[in-house]
Amino acid sequence: MLDTAVMQHAETTAGADHPIKIAIAGLDFFYGRFQALRNVSLNVCERQITAFIGPSGCGKSTFLRALNRMNDVIEGARTQGRVLLDGEDIYAPDVDVVALRRRVGMVFQRPNPFPMSIFDNVAFGPRIHGFARGAELEDLVERSLTRAALWDEVKDILRQSAFSLSGGQQQRLCIARVLAVDPEVVLMDEPCSALDPISTLRIEELMNELKENYTIVIVTHNMQQAARVSHVTGFFLHGELIELGPSAKMFTQPDDKRTEDYITGRFG
Amino acid sequence: MTSAPRRTRSRVWEAKRKAANGTMWIVACTATVAAVIPLVVILYYVAAHGLPALNIAFFTQLPKPPGETGGGMANAIVGTLVLVGLASAIGLPIGILGGVYLAEFGNNRFGWGVRFAADVLAGVPSIVIGILVWVIVVVPMHSFSALAGGVALGIMMIPTVMRTTEELVRLVPLSQREAALSLGATQWRTVFKVVLLAAKGGIITGVLLAVARIAGETAPLLLTTLGNSFWSTRLDRPIASLPLQIFQYAISPWDDWHAKAWAASLLLVLLITVLSIAARYVTRGRLRAVR
Repeated sequence: MLDTAVMQHAETTAGADHPIKIAIAGLDFFYGRFQALRNVSLNVCERQITAFIGPSGCGKSTFLRALNRMNDVIEGARTQGRVLLDGEDIYAPDVDVVALRRRVGMVFQRPNPFPMSIFDNVAFGPRIHGFARGAELEDLVERSLTRAALWDEVKDILRQSAFSLSGGQQQRLCIARVLAVDPEVVLMDEPCSALDPISTLRIEELMNELKENYTIVIVTHNMQQAARVSHVTGFFLHGELIELGPSAKMFTQPDDKRTEDYITGRFG
Repeated sequence: MTSAPRRTRSRVWEAKRKAANGTMWIVACTATVAAVIPLVVILYYVAAHGLPALNIAFFTQLPKPPGETGGGMANAIVGTLVLVGLASAIGLPIGILGGVYLAEFGNNRFGWGVRFAADVLAGVPSIVIGILVWVIVVVPMHSFSALAGGVALGIMMIPTVMRTTEELVRLVPLSQREAALSLGATQWRTVFKVVLLAAKGGIITGVLLAVARIAGETAPLLLTTLGNSFWSTRLDRPIASLPLQIFQYAISPWDDWHAKAWAASLLLVLLITVLSIAARYVTRGRLRAVR
């Protein structure tokens, strides 16, 4: 049933405008003996926002972190199955994880700026990858901050510590920091859960603008957020992808009873 | 009324409680004052005896021959700086890199062993370290030397710096590492550009305290640098230092030398106080930055 859902979804959304960016097939993930993901298969389309919802501990964050191999850091973690980015398996033995993470950036739940100036935070990625310096780097930092809708607020205080910013500004700084390495995909792990409603709104507007150029995958606790911003929504439960479909349909007439129960607030 | 006797009992009980509280408060205060008394006395004596002898000549001139008055300790001041510099050059890289290793990769039997060794080394009497360095550096070189003193003091710095670095690197939140890794930083870049930066304030504090500790060490220097009454900055020759000069002058029979020993003591105490205050200041800045 899942396969047919994926197929339908692929038919309805994948097209010339939005080709498949990431194809996930039969993904299993284990923390030691605990299986956190069970046979997850789906496609993420280019320049769209794909959202994942589900109760705590359902594996949605684990799934997100599997897409840029951030799970590698965890001891005792094991991944099976395939994740194809532009048709190439990111879990193949010869894959350069550093290069992969440059293409697939990540924004975390809590803003995590480095203990440096605002400028140095954004410049961190370009510097370590050595693709800009001097005036070029300054341009790149300005462009990234502008794209993250933060430039006007910080242009006069670029040399100040990133910790002097508010939580919402810090999160946009983290987004700017990711954009500065020019990724193709941006993964967002509950990016607004530590923010107030106004900052949340700003980040959502930002996602809307970013989707013109980037493929965005977001995990969220907030179903209204998923409904507002995403094209496609997937529902995770106990490590399984229960249902995936166009967001409009998911939140009005889901196919699966469990999805309906979750969305209508009967559990979770 | 049934409540009357109970009230009496509670009044007695209350009085006892108050008395116990007051007694403990007095005891604790006395202990605290007792802890501070030695420091105050030391500062007073060192200042009272040392200040009169602390003049320009003390900083600029070399020691006069035994028995003659005048002269200074320029060679010992420079010698102490040279020794601290050498010790830092040896102890800091090993201590900091070792600490990073223990924090990042040290969750195995080897790491456990190193940690244990560092803790033991921290407790080894400094004279024993002096003997060790005498055997492995002084004897093969056929000479006491500044280098040997630097090695001895450097060894003494390693455990403090290593354990401090480890603790502080461990305190850096995982989110910082994840942020760097997710931007495509390699592990060593993550550690050196982000984690160490986040832990910088605390590590500097640990380093300053380690320097303050070794700056006043005397015992290992007796067996390694020997001391020197003349001007020398050669690393392969005996070198003067403040603690050794204090030792020599204090046990001499001349009043002028006694006064100079006090002055040198005052200088050492000031140096160590400045380092400690600097350490505090750096830590304060760190706490403010993290909030």
